[in-house]
Amino acid sequence: MIFEGTVFKFGRDVDTDVIIPARYLNTTDLQELAGHVMEDIDPGFVGKLKAGDIIVAEENFGCGSSREQAPVAIKAAGVACVVAASFARIFYRNAINIGLPIMVCPEAAREAESGDLLRVDLDRGEVINLTKQKVYQDDRFPGFMQEIVAAGGLMEKVKEKINRKPGPV
Amino acid sequence: MEMTVTEKILARACGRDQVQAGEFVNARLDLALANDITAPLAIKEFEAAGAGRVWDPERVVLVCDHFVPNKDIKSAEQAKFVRDFARRQGLTNFYDVGRMGIEHVILPEKGLVVPGDVVIGADSHTCTYGALGAFATGVGSTDLAAGMITGEVWLRVPETIRFNLEGTPGKYVTGKDYILYIIGQIGVDGALYSAMEFAGGAMRELSMDGRFTMCNMAIEAGAKNGIVEPDAVTEAYCRGRGRRQPVLQASDAGARYSQVIDIDAGGIEPQVAKPHLPSNAVPAGELAGLKVDQVVIGSCTNGRIEDLRMAAEVMKGRKASPDVRTVVIPGSQDVYRQAMHEGLIDIFIAAEAAVSTPTCGPCLGGHMGILAAGERAVSTTNRNFVGRMGHVDSEVYLTGPYVAAATAIAGFVAVPEDVL
Ligand code: SF4
Repeated sequence: MIFEGTVFKFGRDVDTDVIIPARYLNTTDLQELAGHVMEDIDPGFVGKLKAGDIIVAEENFGCGSSREQAPVAIKAAGVACVVAASFARIFYRNAINIGLPIMVCPEAAREAESGDLLRVDLDRGEVINLTKQKVYQDDRFPGFMQEIVAAGGLMEKVKEKINRKPGPV
Repeated sequence: MEMTVTEKILARACGRDQVQAGEFVNARLDLALANDITAPLAIKEFEAAGAGRVWDPERVVLVCDHFVPNKDIKSAEQAKFVRDFARRQGLTNFYDVGRMGIEHVILPEKGLVVPGDVVIGADSHTCTYGALGAFATGVGSTDLAAGMITGEVWLRVPETIRFNLEGTPGKYVTGKDYILYIIGQIGVDGALYSAMEFAGGAMRELSMDGRFTMCNMAIEAGAKNGIVEPDAVTEAYCRGRGRRQPVLQASDAGARYSQVIDIDAGGIEPQVAKPHLPSNAVPAGELAGLKVDQVVIGSCTNGRIEDLRMAAEVMKGRKASPDVRTVVIPGSQDVYRQAMHEGLIDIFIAAEAAVSTPTCGPCLGGHMGILAAGERAVSTTNRNFVGRMGHVDSEVYLTGPYVAAATAIAGFVAVPEDVL
């Protein structure tokens, strides 16, 4: 998977309460959630975002609550991919499980600035900052997780299981 | 090979003699949990996958606690969605208004989690149950949906950081102060992807409620789970409660740790974590005199009976400052009732505090005490992120129940000695 988009840059410890505030969690409507993404850290974010843009953040992106609405809202808002120096563990899991492309690449994350044009190649574990003309290489997902991503998310894997078993599960 | 308690529990849950940190395993679940805001997404995924029944109607636990009693029409619809699913599936452990409490208070209380269990919950503070010597971790709704169908979860076996707490704490130093101090030392990602194992003489002396408070906040250091090896305190707590046979396990002497951190419990002062991260912990004395608009005592961190006893000890015979709105929320119906029998509720009401039915309420800025712009709260909850308790320009300071109660009386950040 390859993505190319404009960077929206955030700092470290961006928590799930600012990604999607709890006051909006009384709904599961995707468009409504998407309309409030990042509202408490950058109120104008949704207005500026174009489909295909890329969020870049420093360490510990997505810390805090387990709300899957956080990666879901980011994806529904049209963000193509999130690149960070590191992710909080539940956010990381959730992103993989729901199919929001993410990549850990500390150097690229630190050096990118809002407005840069970024190219992310998940399969090769490569980030290219086209504005700064710099290439960064990082680890690919562990094999176990690649399997989940390749299946199209965790539920696709579970469905395969359901279909293999006779009778109700 | 020697293993940590976390490794032993996971090895057993995947039917193996051994596992090692870094390995990926499929673990058998003892329990899967969700609440009124995370269950709806999980149920939708469950149904979209074409699954008929949950893997075990006794082991899928649903608790409506965040926005109930329903705070508005949307949350009423959400709770109804969860309730309908629970009825359709015949879930024996569905907890609703009148029977419910905050999920992480009631699951141990009702003996639904026992030592040695593997538990996932679509709520980050599921790590609370590590206090019982169980492996418990927070996941998202998709993981939960998959768990409800298969009774399994994929996990990477975490590295373990061991914290050895030794020494005798000061009179008003609690489990909350230990954990705020530790997060202050290692930072909000100091234990990322790891297990935090709390051990040492001071832990053996700590009550079960204090241990729940500590494991509850392991996620605030980025950890996958917090854990305390079960001992006589754990066994006493489980007696007459557990519905299943507990499996008590301890770390081997030669188990591998990614770090061992020694902490002098005697040197820790009552802590306050300043906005906007739980790691901004400082001794309460440094903030003495800071004006406060609201005090909240409750939540899955500090809404248990021992917490209310601590608060009542300070508030007894005193009145909250007229400048402070004090809100006390027992964590469960049982805690509420026990507090009533012990006369604690009377102490709180006489002190002019509002006492509420169990709910998460203000902890996540839901209801029952939302802050306006520019307001400041001292709270026994676990998160002080931007906007967590209301307006983005409000502030939350995290403390234990002693400091919170003293602050309610004083009207500004205070320790018990300031008001007693
Ligand atoms: S009390 Fe607060 S932290 Fe605990 S489950 Fe409820 S909202 Fe989450």
